[in-house]
Amino acid sequence: MTDAAKTPTARGAKGVSLLAPDAHTRKRNAAEARFRIYGLVAVGIGLFFLVALLSSIVMNGIGAFQQTGYRLQIELREDVLDKTGTRDIENIKKVKTFAYAQLIRAAMLREIEKAGIDTPLAQAKVTGFSSDLDPMMSDGARAHLRDLVLADPGLIGQTIELRLLASSRVDGYLKGRVSRDSIARDKNLDTVHLDLVDALRSVGVVNTAFNPAFILGSDASDARPEQAGMGVAILGSLFMMLVVLVLSLPIGVASSIYLEEFAPKNRFTDLIEVNISNLAAVPSIVFGILGLAVFIQFMHLPQSAPLVGGLVLTLMTLPTIIIATRASLQSVPPSIRDAALGVGASKMQAVFHHVLPLAMPGILTGTIIGLAQALGETAPLLLIGMVGYIASNYPDGVASGFLDPNSAMPAQIFEWAKRADPAFYERAWGGIIILLVVLLSMNFIAILLRRRFERRW
Amino acid sequence: MPLLWLVLIVCALAAAGYVIGRGRALAGAGGDARTLHSLPFYYGAHVVLLTLVPALSVLVLWLLIQPMVIEGRVSGLIPDSAIPESSTRDLVMSDVRRVADGLDVAVAQGAMTPAEARQMRSEFTDVRARLGQVGVALGADVGPQLLRAAQRYRTLTGRGNLLKTGAVLLVALAGFGLAVRRSRPEFRARNVVERAVRYLLIFAATLAILTTIGIVLSLVFNTIEFFRLYPARDFFFGTVWSPSFGGGSQLGVLPLLWGTLYISVIALAVAVPIGLFAAVYLSEYAGSRTRAAAKPLLEMLAGIPTIVYGLFALLTVGPLLMRVFGDGGLGWMQAGTAVMTAGLVMGIMLIPFVSSLSDDIINAVPQSMRDGSLGLGATKSETVKQVVLPAALPGIVGAILLAASRAIGETMIVVLGAGAAARLSTNPFDAMTTVTAKIVSQLTGDADFASPEALVAFALGMTLFVITLGLNVFALYIVRRYREQYE
Repeated sequence: MTDAAKTPTARGAKGVSLLAPDAHTRKRNAAEARFRIYGLVAVGIGLFFLVALLSSIVMNGIGAFQQTGYRLQIELREDVLDKTGTRDIENIKKVKTFAYAQLIRAAMLREIEKAGIDTPLAQAKVTGFSSDLDPMMSDGARAHLRDLVLADPGLIGQTIELRLLASSRVDGYLKGRVSRDSIARDKNLDTVHLDLVDALRSVGVVNTAFNPAFILGSDASDARPEQAGMGVAILGSLFMMLVVLVLSLPIGVASSIYLEEFAPKNRFTDLIEVNISNLAAVPSIVFGILGLAVFIQFMHLPQSAPLVGGLVLTLMTLPTIIIATRASLQSVPPSIRDAALGVGASKMQAVFHHVLPLAMPGILTGTIIGLAQALGETAPLLLIGMVGYIASNYPDGVASGFLDPNSAMPAQIFEWAKRADPAFYERAWGGIIILLVVLLSMNFIAILLRRRFERRW
Repeated sequence: MPLLWLVLIVCALAAAGYVIGRGRALAGAGGDARTLHSLPFYYGAHVVLLTLVPALSVLVLWLLIQPMVIEGRVSGLIPDSAIPESSTRDLVMSDVRRVADGLDVAVAQGAMTPAEARQMRSEFTDVRARLGQVGVALGADVGPQLLRAAQRYRTLTGRGNLLKTGAVLLVALAGFGLAVRRSRPEFRARNVVERAVRYLLIFAATLAILTTIGIVLSLVFNTIEFFRLYPARDFFFGTVWSPSFGGGSQLGVLPLLWGTLYISVIALAVAVPIGLFAAVYLSEYAGSRTRAAAKPLLEMLAGIPTIVYGLFALLTVGPLLMRVFGDGGLGWMQAGTAVMTAGLVMGIMLIPFVSSLSDDIINAVPQSMRDGSLGLGATKSETVKQVVLPAALPGIVGAILLAASRAIGETMIVVLGAGAAARLSTNPFDAMTTVTAKIVSQLTGDADFASPEALVAFALGMTLFVITLGLNVFALYIVRRYREQYE
């Protein structure tokens, strides 16, 4: 080592230790460290976006699963609901929701009195077309009460305890979406109302509870965001996914088997392959145009029907499924085919009896991922009319589930995002939570399948 | 007979055929399966295929052709004079269908006798009121010609359906009979079945081509129709986009293309550096643990539906940017929906797309090249910059082009995040709009398909399809050539 120290280095610097890095090396090392940090930062940014996205979904959307309501003792007065006293259902049906409103108002006033709350609203009108108390209640509350009575006319004359939904403004106030400052510009609700809500809350009449209607219920019109739910849209998505599954799995598997096992190498096969890889990258909205022109304009299939949506999404997911299926067919070693052929199976038997079962886990995984992709797709559904439609009715049966106008989960979310009332934004975020939970569980099943059945040759 | 029943009957016939065909072949061999040419299963399957496939093909073809034929014949009943000024033949025909369906409903509910529905005259009966009673709402009064056309439509449809049922059952029975007759022990059932299955497989594979043909035809015909109503020159070189359904629209595509391009460029400016650096880090630096954790997490971003990104742009990123660049901050931004908002969010969506494609490509660079570089004394980053990336460059360019085509075709993010105003501006904080967003806005709503304002969407779709197809073909070509280089 002493010799090495004495001989002049390449750069001619004297007395420089080889062990201490010189300026050039330090520069290179610094560049190396910088480069590494850039990479780390890039990964960090990506993960940060993921966290930001997910947390913004959860923070904004979790509120949709809870809804504010009033627990009221409602006296179903006979002289209002059934003046004849005969309990004739036809007569009771003639009573409009408007009559039920006064029962609700009266019940509310009783609660105010009972709690001894000092508010100008204690003098609010009970009868009449509108009352100062009305903005606190959901428009749907009276209809809900009426449905309840029509379902069981025996309730008339009794006093029942019922939880009725509050209006979306009151709900927003308790969830922090509506503040006292923003209420100043509101035509309907006053700070007087909010004081009353606070007072009622301290005595337990107003509370916020889990809202199953958001998951199971149907969509509601613009004026009643507190009643809107995803249930019908979820069913619409389900029917669409059934169509996609039933069509795309057999067709996808059949065409992959042909391309992978039987197709001769010729121009026609090449054409199909180029076609499939290009279709996989065609923008989804173009498939929507195809669906509109072919299925609706040309074949006159019903607009907004899950059947048509399913057909369009099938065409869109086919390339994905074909690509996944071919990959898993390729991964089955040729020795399996050779062995089957060797013991006298025909080519078709070798494929269907031996190769296909071994490739099945991969095919199913690919199919589930394709389905998940189709489930989240929105753009083509907009073109075949699955938007702007209020999904307020459950389909009557299987046939109507496929053919009657319906919405789908992503289309419903888009619909809510377009409405003017911010209360619907909360619904949209909540809808996304449901959609993502479904997608995550589908992906989870795919991963489980792969773990459980994957075979390494 | 409802469709479902018809299909079920044919299926039941096929199921019976399986048992009969198999049994007949076995009986012919005296119960000894060894003397059959094929396994017993194939004799059954042969009957099933011969019953099912021709019958269902006839059914599908019939379902496609019948409406067209009937439409043509009924449409002739309506003279041009009966079509109102503001309407078109298509709209009148849809009224005809609605009335015919309404009559069906009325007959089904017993509100009308079949004879009455056939012979009713609008001169004597208020059809609209009668149908209103059974819950069929009609927009306007039903004129005599319209009612006659609707009745004709009903008669023809009824006759067609009857013929259809007969034809399908006949074909199914014929196939069934022929197949059962052929089910003798010496019949080469396996060869026949396998050939049929092979044809079915080929048919499934050609569906991809049919889809492409469908896309191209539906775009081309409607685009031609559009250019007949609106000059192509004005469409391709017009700088103003102001559709108005009353007429006198200006439909220049340039502002839309500009918006599309601008948003895509911003998205790529976000996604390419982040995605590329992430790919380099994950493939060259990260340990196997980090890689196993970070890669699926990043790819989660790709699995999130675009509607989620759209909402994120509209409700989270937009207001956030507004706070910094809006009136309270720098004052550059008028509203939350802008090119920047959409571009940024789209960039986030594209990160995993760029990173996982580049990751694959970087991994495909042979290890020997890295070893050579490191052996000469280069640091890791120098190896990456001077050896790995140049070697992977064509593939990475391909990946970026694929990402660009994704960005150009993306719809939901721009519909929700970019605004609706079509303008040629250079300020990234202005609201602009894209080709995809305008396709959505021109085709949703109640516009009739014959107006240039609705047909323009097909011309836009054509433009989009050609651009993305060109990018894809080019990118795939580059990626494939690159792969071959190192295989």
